[in-house]
Amino acid sequence: MTEKSMDLHFTADQEAFRLEARHWLTAHVPPAGSLPSLDTAEGFEAHRAWEQTMFADSWSVVAWPREFGGRDVGLLEWLIFEEEYWRAQAPLRVSQNGIFLLAPTLFEFGTPDQQARFLPPMASGAEIWCQGWSEPDAGSDLAGIRSRARRSDSEGGWLLSGQKTWASRGAFAEWCFGLFRTDPEAERHRGLTYFLIDLATPGVTVRPIPQIDGETGFAEIFFEDVFVPDAHVLGDVGQGWNVAMATAGSERGLSLRSPARYTEAARRLVALYASRAGDAKARRLSGDVAQAWMDAEAYRLNTFFTATRVLNGGSVGPEASANKIHWSETDLAIHRTALALLGPDAERHGGHEGNAWLDGYLFALAGPIYAGTNEIQRNVVAERMLGLPRK
Amino acid sequence: MHFAFTEQQLEFQSALRSVLENECTPDHLRAAFADPSADAGRWTTLDEMGVVSLTVPEENGGLGLGLVDLVLLLEEAGRAALPEPLVETTAMAAPVLAALAGRHDRCQRALEALVGGGLKMAVSQSADPLVPVAGALGADAVLMTVVRDGIREIHLVPTNGDGPEVARPEPVSTLDPTRLVGRFTSDPTGSATSIATGDEAERLWGDLEQRAFVATGAFLLGLAERMITITVDYAKDRKQFGQPIGSFQAVKHLLAGAQVKLEFARPCVYAAAWMIDQGDPSAARNASTAKAYASEAATEAARVCLQAHGAIGYTWECDLQLYLKRSWALAEAWGSADDHRQLVLDSLVDEFG
Repeated sequence: MTEKSMDLHFTADQEAFRLEARHWLTAHVPPAGSLPSLDTAEGFEAHRAWEQTMFADSWSVVAWPREFGGRDVGLLEWLIFEEEYWRAQAPLRVSQNGIFLLAPTLFEFGTPDQQARFLPPMASGAEIWCQGWSEPDAGSDLAGIRSRARRSDSEGGWLLSGQKTWASRGAFAEWCFGLFRTDPEAERHRGLTYFLIDLATPGVTVRPIPQIDGETGFAEIFFEDVFVPDAHVLGDVGQGWNVAMATAGSERGLSLRSPARYTEAARRLVALYASRAGDAKARRLSGDVAQAWMDAEAYRLNTFFTATRVLNGGSVGPEASANKIHWSETDLAIHRTALALLGPDAERHGGHEGNAWLDGYLFALAGPIYAGTNEIQRNVVAERMLGLPRK
Repeated sequence: MHFAFTEQQLEFQSALRSVLENECTPDHLRAAFADPSADAGRWTTLDEMGVVSLTVPEENGGLGLGLVDLVLLLEEAGRAALPEPLVETTAMAAPVLAALAGRHDRCQRALEALVGGGLKMAVSQSADPLVPVAGALGADAVLMTVVRDGIREIHLVPTNGDGPEVARPEPVSTLDPTRLVGRFTSDPTGSATSIATGDEAERLWGDLEQRAFVATGAFLLGLAERMITITVDYAKDRKQFGQPIGSFQAVKHLLAGAQVKLEFARPCVYAAAWMIDQGDPSAARNASTAKAYASEAATEAARVCLQAHGAIGYTWECDLQLYLKRSWALAEAWGSADDHRQLVLDSLVDEFG
């Protein structure tokens, strides 16, 4: 909130940055849909190679400092890059758990040594991360975590045991960040510690879980006295919950979900509608098509509204929960409408036009579940935005 | 990219909020329900604050401000369910009068009356005697459009005086009597009332409609927020099964859903206001997006707030009804969410199809 008047234009420098990104992407992005699914061993490596291509020209993590492989650009430039990335129909980011979820936490809580050790290989795709939060008995109630870490003074570290589950990218990732209980006497949010774990350490067993689409996008991970050195504890021992919540804010709020993926999908939905605009079915769905586009547009505008607030020293509080509800429902609405337009073609899977929308729909269906279910987010909106009583 | 209001704009908003918290309370609205034509003095207050003539150029005695400056004030007007015609007069009619004041004495005089005496305007999309016009019963003059032989005309018609070229409204009974809806039983338009025709009239009326979408949208945002506030207070207070009903997830999720819709309607309205001020080529589409979103947000808020109140919300005694009725009317005014979805889609297919 300054005396500067409202202005929704980008600066000339920002537009120049956009053009530079667009040129690079046009020259380098593989043809849309040409990479195998990143939830297969082959696709995982193909997506890793794409990360390395981007990293080589400093496009993989544009908002990071140059010393870690970035271009040190601001929040708005990052949003511009994302617009161009999605417009170019570039591949999904196999490194997203690391660069979007862990990295903000490393920047905030990591020591200089940890930042130097972990950020560059994360940026290049040499080390892919997965998230170890959920457990069989700790989902929406994340504070119910039971996996434990025992102190080993002799070895200068911790011995982890227990089970994590629903670790996206877990089937093929090299590293895992996760919460473990270091104080067995403490309850709930207290006594948890944030660990950075090399999945090649003895005692780790990864069991891929086939998803609804048949591919192994996520995994369960078993820990039997897995040694993690003190140097790989992120933040203070016992402060894991607070450290993790910084990441949760990233996942729900601004950093993971740039609006471009929805505005771009909405644009393709309009094109699909226009190609069938003569059909009676398409006409019946016209309101849904328009609403899906408007939902994406509203998310885009709200993101710039929030970004302006953040750039002027404000923060993202419980609005992150409203964001998460909105983008996940928008994604569902876009894909559901596309499948409705496709009609009998919608069920085709593998190679046909229906495939991309169906895969997108399956992916969108996970949106209201991961990163805290939308039911939990509605509780947050009701309690922290509206002030309704917890009990 | 700087998507925020200035300190000054926010201060003007909070000044208006303080005024309306005193002068446009639920008790005042009940008095207006009982006698809709009584002058409560609010319009004079708004005039003295410069709100009524906010969009009039400075050389004509106004503040010379735009829709970005006005939307926050309209949101406050909505929060208070202000009965006076701020949307029609300040957002819709004043810029038309200002554009034509140099060429038409009739517009010049109306503009002077608006700046100096708080002229109240109504706006009518046709001269059809069956079409109801909001604010017709309280208006000093009506801005009216007709299309004859494919050519659009805009007329400025007085509501008092003698002769055929005077708009004489006949009351139309509506659920919210403060809307002062009337209809004009004879066509009052003629050569003496005409202020623009043809391409110029098309352009002026098209712009007026875009402002109507955004201004009505802003008013709906305020109504939605007020209804949610009233209901949150009630849900904290009302106990069943030994606890406040607002502690139950079933109630929380209803209200959270409405709040999320409102959160995302807001930037749609603000961005469309800026685009209109800038003459942005996407202004029409975003104005329709704003109205569709705000209509849906207010309609959803109205539905869940009534539900969360239970039977008490269904009574005359409960203040909620004062805001429900206005939101139902305005959700449909100047195009429903459905109407605007079609406009948005047509424009999208033109661009991306």
